Amino acid sequence: MIHLQINIARSAFQLNLDIQLPGQGITAIFGPSGSGKTTLLRAVAGLEKNPQGLIQIGENIWQDTKQGIYLPTWQRPLGYVFQESSLLPHLSVTENLNFGLKRALKSASRAQIEANKALQASIELLGIGGLLQRMPDELSGGERQRVAIARAIAMQPQLLLMDEPLASLDAARRQEIFPWLARLRDELKMPMLYVTHSAEEVTRLADHLVVLDQGHVKAQGSVSAVLSQVVNPVVVGEDAGALIAGCIGAVDAQWHLSRVDFDGGCIWMRDAGLPVGKAVRIRILARDVSLATAEPQNTSIQNQLRGSIQSITPDAHPSQVMVVLKCGTEEVLARITKRAVDELSLQVGQSVWAQVKSVALVA
Amino acid sequence: MNLTPDSWQAIQLTFELATLTTLLLLVLATPLAWWLSQTQSAWRAPIHAMVTLPLVLPPSVLGFYLLIVMGPQGPLGQLTQSMGWGVLSFTFSGLLIGSILFSLPFAVQPLQHAFDAIGSRPMEVAATLRASPLDAFFSVALPLAKPGMVTAAILSFAHTVGEFGVVLMIGGNIPGQTRVVSTEIYGHVEAMEYAQAHLLAAGMLVFSFVVLLALALMNRRQRQVM
Repeated sequence: MIHLQINIARSAFQLNLDIQLPGQGITAIFGPSGSGKTTLLRAVAGLEKNPQGLIQIGENIWQDTKQGIYLPTWQRPLGYVFQESSLLPHLSVTENLNFGLKRALKSASRAQIEANKALQASIELLGIGGLLQRMPDELSGGERQRVAIARAIAMQPQLLLMDEPLASLDAARRQEIFPWLARLRDELKMPMLYVTHSAEEVTRLADHLVVLDQGHVKAQGSVSAVLSQVVNPVVVGEDAGALIAGCIGAVDAQWHLSRVDFDGGCIWMRDAGLPVGKAVRIRILARDVSLATAEPQNTSIQNQLRGSIQSITPDAHPSQVMVVLKCGTEEVLARITKRAVDELSLQVGQSVWAQVKSVALVA
Repeated sequence: MNLTPDSWQAIQLTFELATLTTLLLLVLATPLAWWLSQTQSAWRAPIHAMVTLPLVLPPSVLGFYLLIVMGPQGPLGQLTQSMGWGVLSFTFSGLLIGSILFSLPFAVQPLQHAFDAIGSRPMEVAATLRASPLDAFFSVALPLAKPGMVTAAILSFAHTVGEFGVVLMIGGNIPGQTRVVSTEIYGHVEAMEYAQAHLLAAGMLVFSFVVLLALALMNRRQRQVM
């Protein structure tokens, strides 16, 4: 369990929050620029002064103004990945990796052998074995970020902080790093705070989500719960949609399709070559879902889900509404026009068919 | 035409003075420059102005005050006398103190620029990698400021070799003690020994040019690396 109480007031900016986050997995801190994401992360690291508050990671208290506890950054067992390249330019990749490890070893009196194992594991985990002798200015942007991540996790920190680690990279490099980050999430036990303003990174990587807006927490919870909250214009926008966890139930080799089963139905989608039984996440955007009061016939849309209307809320544009359907335990969003609601006389509690035009596999 | 033994002695003394000045200046100026580049204290501006003063003051003014402070009646003079060291004016030690003060801005400014150029990020990175502030200073800030240190050393050395006014004020012209190349040239000219003066003056000219050329070449390479 991670407990953060942060109160920072500057002339043009305030950050006030008191949140408890799970002690494992990736927690995404999401919000527009200027919402205080980076300041939050820096306060957790002790790089930004948090005049009043509490920073507790599991059993360990890094700051508690009530008890007069404040550890300086260098005494907090954390790993920090900065937005832009942060490799020490006068040191080679190996020396960069060892810089933190050597010092972490001293303070934690951890066995040398164990530390070497951690170093080897992080080198392998991020695939940087071939870069060890290079200097930072001989690496590409993506390679530099991978080394920076390896350097942070090699110290086996209690908490890994990542400040938009992909923001300084172009789209191709970003795609190159995604699989490494997904591996981190799956293979490491340490909790991570991941600052981002990209909905794609949230849906692909995060387990838990905190939405910040103007220095306040707008929403927080599991990713699928927060993403389907319609009251949440920060997340919503054009990309509003449901995130559903399921697993591959069947593969249709003849038509190159695979079926994702989840509680509440199943969805056929393009076969991505994943084996039956593999856990996946799919994203259904609200704009790709239409509703029908009877089972649709003679339609090219292959995916239909049965659900009951849970709520109908006005959307950003006056012509539209956002309908939340309950399909089993999962929620599916549909963005439709007000006129359609009126003509079909849709009501909360009513049972309807949702036609899903397209689905994206996110992880 | 050869140099007289006196001239050789002056050359040797000059290099001793410049070497010692440079070494002591690096030790003194590095923490001072670091403080100036990091602090947000209200004292920053006045201290910065103080350090820069020798750049604009006539050397005779600096020398005059040093003479008074180090003299038998001055506070430093009384201190050194009570410690049994005698009076520092017109000695090599006194000259060394004067040289350090006179060249202080030439050491502090390149170092301060180098520290400023590093910015706060590498120090933050070092802190997230468990380095204490002192550790980070030696393992990150100093290595990254190396070009600034080299520039500071070269400028301090060359500037000390070239000083004249301060030497004349507080050092006098004692062979083997305070007579350096610049005062030796002055002495030759006074005595109408133009040939001797020529030799030393030309030597100084070549030396200064070579130093500045080396500095320029080094800066260019530095920029290419960056």
